[in-house]
This record gives sequence, structure tokens and C-alpha cells, in this order.
Amino acid sequence: MHQITPEFKLIADWILPNTRVLDLGCGDGLLLEHLINTHDITAYGMEIDPQKNILAMQKGLNVIQSDLNSHDICDYFDDGSFDYVIMTQALQVVGRPDILLDDMLAVGKQIIITFPNFGYWKMRLQLLLRGKMPETDTLPYHWYDTPNIHLCTFNDFEALCEAKGIEVVERAVVNAQHKSSLGMRLMPNLLGEVALYKVQKKSL
Amino acid sequence: MKNSLGVITPQILAVTTPLTLASGAVLPRYDLIYETYGTLNAQGSNAILICHALSGDHHVAGMDADHKLGWWDDYIGPNKPIDTNQFFVVCSNNLGGCRGSTGPTSLNPATGKVYGPDFPIVTCRDWVNSQNQLREHLNIPHWVALVGGSMGGMQVLQWAIDYPDKVRHALVIAAAPKLSAQNIAFNEVARRAIMSDPDFHKGYFIEAGTTPKQGLALARMLGHLTYLSDDMMGSKFGRELREDKLQYSYDVEFQVESYLRYQGEKFATKQNFDANTYLLMTKALDYFDPAAEFDHNLSKALAAATAKFLVVSFTSDWRFAPPRSHEIVKALLDNNADVCYAEVESEHGHDAFLLPNAHYEGVFKAYMQRVLNDVSNSALPINTTTAG
Repeated sequence: MHQITPEFKLIADWILPNTRVLDLGCGDGLLLEHLINTHDITAYGMEIDPQKNILAMQKGLNVIQSDLNSHDICDYFDDGSFDYVIMTQALQVVGRPDILLDDMLAVGKQIIITFPNFGYWKMRLQLLLRGKMPETDTLPYHWYDTPNIHLCTFNDFEALCEAKGIEVVERAVVNAQHKSSLGMRLMPNLLGEVALYKVQKKSL
Repeated sequence: MKNSLGVITPQILAVTTPLTLASGAVLPRYDLIYETYGTLNAQGSNAILICHALSGDHHVAGMDADHKLGWWDDYIGPNKPIDTNQFFVVCSNNLGGCRGSTGPTSLNPATGKVYGPDFPIVTCRDWVNSQNQLREHLNIPHWVALVGGSMGGMQVLQWAIDYPDKVRHALVIAAAPKLSAQNIAFNEVARRAIMSDPDFHKGYFIEAGTTPKQGLALARMLGHLTYLSDDMMGSKFGRELREDKLQYSYDVEFQVESYLRYQGEKFATKQNFDANTYLLMTKALDYFDPAAEFDHNLSKALAAATAKFLVVSFTSDWRFAPPRSHEIVKALLDNNADVCYAEVESEHGHDAFLLPNAHYEGVFKAYMQRVLNDVSNSALPINTTTAG
């Protein structure tokens, strides 16, 4: 049994049992496998990487090879066909995160999303003091080879939600080791390294 | 050889139960030729049926009497993706074929003459019904998996729809839920090439003591062209000439012309494929459309299916391109079916499903492991005494 990260544990806490879950960029399917075992969910995963697809398939998961940038979620799934659409650590790598959010909100009643916080104090400090793009445990890339093309801060994400009429239902922050602290809860945008959000369309 | 099945001897099942075909015609009796590999377990729960494509046959793996390897030997055998140490694998030549199953080259019991063009047109559903006779004959309660590429994938879909309780896993590879107008158009040109050959004799060429080799070769050249990709032909042949300068003639000048002619001639002459079978198989392809009787709604057509699915497409396949597989996946998802989908990067066009490819093999192995896990789980709760 693989180690379930605190990030995944937090996500599992936000999920009701016996629900339908879609995991975008599901990787090797570790989260879905965990949710199936603990919450008895019906699960589908989508992932572009062939090797990760194979690993997910070996876990007995329903995994559909897909490029999130092709926005084919709505081609495959009808509106509202999932209770939850999850995307961990992938929002920042897609071409149009705003459109992907729309796709997710179309097929899922609630969406759970995690991403690295570019407003984390170490990021700010590296840029301020060194005048260079930050490199941290959470974002260990150079500016030129990073897959993270749309980095944002908590404030940026919440501003996008506000503009799109998206309601934040739950919010949590953790550090690179996926642990939480009082400071992170008090000043998430400064002290949180990884953001976890559960959001849904604002009811009219 | 460790990974070889050795020499395989085909068997023939003579079916005496009359088969009513989709066309309404009735075959009072027919033969199905088939090969098996591996061993059927006591519960009969480890059987896999392989369905062949247009020009395929029952010889899918191992060597035949002439030591020729089966058409999918890369994927079927000991320790191969479809592991014959674990599974009992069956492959039959389709009804209407020309390699041993009853077809246009067989004797018509009503006339004592070769059927030729009088052999009734068969459909995908007819094939499935005849294969089901083979299943019963072999005492196989259900197939733990059905596997097919291209036209074979269509048979797998038909099986999953028509015999849902007989199929645990359905592997649909490089297939489509129905042919497009372009696909049908290619088939029509191929058929016209055969039928306009002076040696065709309205299909009675066997009686006339001849074969429409030119037409058949042309049909195969056209077919072959649609199986390859532009990139693959470009990398293999480019604009390379056979001689070093242009001849300004209509002889074979470019290597790709030479290759296509060779493929066509090999098919018509060496492989001696029956022209009527070719016509019949392309017609069966054209007719395949399981959604037609469900308001042209594929989701409805697949609603009865209870199998778990693996759908695979290949990026450079333009005959049955990845979006055709997406249609199948979408219809399965509409039914909340268990489905995995892989889109394999390959430059080999439609033919990629027959060729070695690391990603494809990885997907296959991973999925077959799941099938294997189901072998014990899906054993029927009949009066079996378990040892130990």
C-alpha cells in the first residue's frame, strides 16, 4: 500500500461515500484507488501520460487517456454527471485554466482542486531578494523548463472564482510536506505552499 | 523457442444447426476452422476469442504446417501480452472466408458446385452467431475476453451487444462503431476493381478456371494504402526511385509504387485470397452499424452490454482515426460502463495494431492482468469441487 499524502487525506475528507468521482490528470491513480477503498466511489480518471495510464490500469481503474488541453471532458461526459471532479496539481500546467474550470463545473456538481501557491513567502522572497524566478520544493523547475505555465496565488484563484460566479465551499492550505499549521490557516496566501479548494457554481 | 507456440494444427467444427443470416438466407450447415492455444481450465473461465480483420484468418499465433507465423504472433503466446500460459485462446476463420471455414470457395450442398457469388452475404452479427456455436462446442460458459482489431473490433462490439452474459471483457482495438462514407467509398472502389476484372466472370471465376488477380491486387493495393500513414510511407520510401533517374514512362519508377504492387500481387497470387470473400467481407464492414436498430444511438445500442472495455486507437490511423474510438468510449461512458481508453502514439497508421509498440504492449499487459484477475472471480458457481 502506498503512502497517502495528507493532501489526499484532506481531499478524502471532502468526499461523501458512494458518489461518482472524476479525477483529471489522475496520474497513476493513487488518489482514486484510495477513494474507492475508503469511500466506495464510482471513479473515472483522465490522464495524458501513457506510463501513468498503464499504472492506473494496473490498479483496476477506469482511465481514459486524454489531454486536458483538448477540453474533451464535456465530449465524454454529460453535464452534472459527477458529484465531484478532482484535479490535483494540474491547474497550473494547462493552457487555459479558466476554460478548464468551466468544463469541470459543467460535468461536476462540485470540484476539488489543488495547486501550488505562487504567493508563498519563499517565492516572494526569492523574487524580491534575488530578482530571479523562484525554485522551491513545490516548484523545483527553472523558468524555461517548467511545465507550470499558469502559476497563481490563492488571491488570484479566488479572484477568478469571484469573476466566474464560483463559490468557495472549502479551503485548506498545506506545506510541501502536505502538513498544515496555524500560521498557514491565518495567512494562507503568505504561508501556504499548496492550496486545496472545493468550489461549486453559486446558486442563483 | 521459449516464446513460441510451435506448430499448430487447426481443427474444424462442422455445424449442422441451420444458421439464419441477417439477410434472411439460411445456411443449412457450415464448417468453422479454428485454432486454439493454451489450456482451458476446469471452470472454462480462461477462454479468449480473437476476432480477425478483413484479410485475416484463424491462424493468429504459432506456426502453421508451412511454418508461417500467425498474423498476431507478436501479441499471443507464452509470456506475451495475451499469455497462453494463462489463457485458452481461440481464433476461427470467419464464415464466408476462404481459409477453411465455409465460404464462397466451398461446395454448395444444394448444387454440388462451388458457391462462388451464390454464397449469401454475411454480416458481423452472423459471424458472432456462428462463433457462439464454436463457444458452445468448446464448452466455454463465457469468454473472459474478446479481442479484435479493426473488423475484429467490430465483432467484439457486436458480441458485447448480442451476448452480454457471454463476455466479461471486450478489447476493441483500432475500430469504429460504423464505417464512414469515405470508408465505404474505399470499399466500393476495391469491389469495382475486382468486379471489373475480365477474369471475374460475374463471380463464377472458379468454374471458369481463372482468378481475377489484377482486380484483387488493385483492391489490396487500395486497402493497403488506407492502412498506412503518410508519415510512415514518407519515412520508408520518400520519393526514392528504383533507378537513379526519371524514366518518363508508366513503369514502376518510385519505390512506393513497387512496394504497393508487390503487396497487391502477393495477396492475389501467393496468398491466393478469394475475390468473392473479399467482396463479402467489405460488404459486411459496410453494413456494420449496431446503432442503426437503436435510433442510431450508439449509447442505446451498448446499453445491454455488461462487459468491461478496453478501447485502443492509434494516432496516425486515418482509416479508423482516434475520434472514431472516442465515439465508442463516449457511448460506453453514457452507460456508466467500466472502460479504459488508450491512444497509442504510432506512425504506422491502421496497421499499427498488428505491430510491436512499447506503449501498446504495456497497455495490453496491464489490461490482461485485470482479465486474469477476473478469471478466478468469474468462475461459474456450478457443482465444482475444489481441490486442497
